[in-house]
Amino acid sequence: MSGRHLAKEQPDSFTFSKDGEKKAKYWIAKYPKGKERSAVIPLLWIAQKDNGGWLSEPAMRAVGDRLGMAHIRVLEVATFYTMFKLEPVGEHLIQVCGTTPCMLRGSGDIIKVCKKRIGEKNTISADGKFTWEEVECLGACVNAPMVQISNTAGDAYYEDLNEASMEKLLDDLAAGRKVKHGPQNGRHTSEPLGGAQTLTAKALYDGSRAKPLKKIPNAPKAAAKPKAKKKPAAKPVAKKGAGK
Amino acid sequence: MSDQLRKVNVDGKEIEVPGHYTLMQACEEAGAEIPRFCYHERLSVAGNCRMCLVEWVGAPKPMASCAMSVNDLRPNRDGTPANIRTDSATVKKAREGVMEFLLINHPLDCPICDQGGECDLQDQAVAYGRSRTRYDEGKRAVDEKNMGPLVKTNMTRCIQCTRCVRFISEVAGVEELGLVNRGESAEITTYLQANLTSELSGNVIDLCPVGALTSRPYAFNARPWELRKTESVDVMDAVGSNIRVDARGAEVMRILPRNHDDVNEEWISDKTRFVWDGLKRQRLDKPYVRDNGKLREASWGEALDMVATRLKGDPERIAAIAGDLCDMESMKALKDLMGSLGVSSMDCRNDGATIGGQGREGYLFNSGIAGIDEADAILLVGCNPRMEAPIINARIRGAWLNGDAQIAMIGEAADLTYPYEHLGNDPAALTALAKKRGGFAKTLRDAKRPMVIIGMGALARPDGAQVMRAAGELAAKLGVVREDWNGFNVLHTAAARVGGLDIGFIPHNGGRDLAGILDGATKGEVDTVYLLGADEIDMNALGDAFVIYQGSHGDAGAHRADVILPGAAYTEKNALYTNTEGRMQDGLRAVFPKGDAREDWTIIRALSDHVDSRTLPYDDVETLRSTIRRPDAQAFDPAKLGEEGTMADVPFASPIRDYYLTNPIARASAIMAECAANVLGVREAAE
Repeated sequence: MSGRHLAKEQPDSFTFSKDGEKKAKYWIAKYPKGKERSAVIPLLWIAQKDNGGWLSEPAMRAVGDRLGMAHIRVLEVATFYTMFKLEPVGEHLIQVCGTTPCMLRGSGDIIKVCKKRIGEKNTISADGKFTWEEVECLGACVNAPMVQISNTAGDAYYEDLNEASMEKLLDDLAAGRKVKHGPQNGRHTSEPLGGAQTLTAKALYDGSRAKPLKKIPNAPKAAAKPKAKKKPAAKPVAKKGAGK
Repeated sequence: MSDQLRKVNVDGKEIEVPGHYTLMQACEEAGAEIPRFCYHERLSVAGNCRMCLVEWVGAPKPMASCAMSVNDLRPNRDGTPANIRTDSATVKKAREGVMEFLLINHPLDCPICDQGGECDLQDQAVAYGRSRTRYDEGKRAVDEKNMGPLVKTNMTRCIQCTRCVRFISEVAGVEELGLVNRGESAEITTYLQANLTSELSGNVIDLCPVGALTSRPYAFNARPWELRKTESVDVMDAVGSNIRVDARGAEVMRILPRNHDDVNEEWISDKTRFVWDGLKRQRLDKPYVRDNGKLREASWGEALDMVATRLKGDPERIAAIAGDLCDMESMKALKDLMGSLGVSSMDCRNDGATIGGQGREGYLFNSGIAGIDEADAILLVGCNPRMEAPIINARIRGAWLNGDAQIAMIGEAADLTYPYEHLGNDPAALTALAKKRGGFAKTLRDAKRPMVIIGMGALARPDGAQVMRAAGELAAKLGVVREDWNGFNVLHTAAARVGGLDIGFIPHNGGRDLAGILDGATKGEVDTVYLLGADEIDMNALGDAFVIYQGSHGDAGAHRADVILPGAAYTEKNALYTNTEGRMQDGLRAVFPKGDAREDWTIIRALSDHVDSRTLPYDDVETLRSTIRRPDAQAFDPAKLGEEGTMADVPFASPIRDYYLTNPIARASAIMAECAANVLGVREAAE
């Protein structure tokens, strides 16, 4: 593992966006007075989003000043978590999962595409659109291989990739076309390719197989009824829930 | 936490210890030695070096003994106390394993490392490690880090114990050091490699168990086994920190702290630690006399004769001033000599403070420095302890951090590393507080151990006596002085002050005080002034007086002097000093005085031989010391201190403007000059 360092060239200043400001207030309010520094990770994340996907040194200072904590303490957190990027990234940050399941399903090909299209990892592509890096398991092994792409629109998974679909994905993103999240090979979430193979009978879902329930198994005997009577206030809530 | 005694069986020896003890403390109680790197008695527990592993018989894995308390142990099934082993095969293997991992990334550069010979890692690798390495991969290397002019870094040697990080944030109270990155890339650094700004930063050098943080001024100067170690006392401030002076030949090579729980614990300030290069510069090593406006070298006999001639004049026209670094023997000898000549104008308070003469409690830090640990409400009046006594400031911070002490301040607002309530700048705030029923007055009144610390910023001013009265009345009214607790504390800035006041080096029989002496010299009423290491007074005010300067450094006093008698610096004499709490401590000679310079009291003793039939009645230091007595105890009533009168409408200001340059030795030191420039740079950047 190589040490992560602050970028050599730093902007002069950082200010939270209007939306970021709102989010920061929301997160700080979650913690008791005097414990504001608990919100350092969410605030760094907001600052990273507001700063074009990476954390500049002025941004860290802004977070520290906002939370009343020493700048070095913010730096410790920002350098500890690899989700905080310390150097500028392209418009789209591509995180390619390279852990075993994805590797077995062909993440090597995805990395090859990235190298061809973007260049070495952690560098910005010539058009400024992309940066890629290899990360550990992102928890979508059923749809391996996969990447996570972060940009101003948010962070989304793109799964079931192969060389061709990865190329297309990059083309679309570069051209600013709309792209579909999730599996790129026509699967619906983690269903088998081509739709569900089992439990396909319609009767399973139209309610025809259901039988009225006469008694709830293991229910405490004669407990529910008198309670409902005693507590009339609970009724409207129950009704509301039932109506929905 | 239950403090009940609990039984533990350590290596087959059953002992009883308080339940809150860590296993490490319990093992030490039983006489077993536990190796450690990250654990330090005066810092929080981190538990990250794993060197202190011990075996709890029955537990599946070894335990980090620094992080587990005796209360966490449960007895064996048969009810016998838990068995802890520090000498079993498991423990030996565990220690060897930890040591092997620590050494994986530690360079084997002991021959060129300044820590060599006093390195915890070196010692413990020999004692607890394997005899050879099994590792033949590449080692990691870490970039050098800048931490300022005092701390030299070699971060490849760092084992990430984080003692330095914990010290700087907990004790020094400035969050400047941190551990950035993670895992193998973890590095200790300041934010963007800024300089450390704490006055206690040098202590990280002692804390560092390896050679990652070493002393920059001392770098590559000496090996510990070449040094002659002398236990002594510091004079840079009035704390009287216990120090060890390491010397080689005639040179002081470095100064280290000694542990004294009641004074400096085991910390010393940067001025104390790094002032030693000032002992080599600007030294007065020969007597000088002024001829036609120019100083020329002279013999002792000639210089002493010249002084004696002047001293034989009209005693009304002679005065003596003792400086900030004087030892008690020289002040006593000078007082005796002046007394035999009939001179009554003398003063040791060369900042003009109006203290002394009203009982010893009137000028002492009565609760003692250790008393700060117990204090639960502290009022600072006209002092900035961070500048005036960093060690005491660290104690106050400790009281705030560990004991929830509430602190308020009347005086110049400053960053003291702990929060305080700022009640005002001037004497009016003091009277206002005395009239109050609620607020901090109530806090002080309700406190179990209230404390008022009054500094020279409040006393060394024309209305100092009136401020003293106001503070004393406040203390009396709010119950700061009780039968079992005296929380009325005077914080001195000079090592010599309490000693001088104890001896009574103050005007008597209608003699002039400092202001009177200076005034008289300007007007020509005083024509001979004997300066015993006094450099902090206004030399221009001495007018045309004949000035005798006895001291160690060519500073303001020597420049003005007509005769210079070269004395010894504090590392060059066996001398007594009394610190701000009235604790008399023994400073020992580490090296001999430079050139023809002599220990100060012997100069005055020799001078007395030249002034006819005034020979002082002591020939050795023991006899002289036997004549030094503390003033007799008087009934202490804080409300009667000082004088009644109105206080000026002038804000209190700390007497220390430049922490690193407060005395002639520090002003001669290049290291201190660099520190002062560094602080100035930081201050300007902040503005």
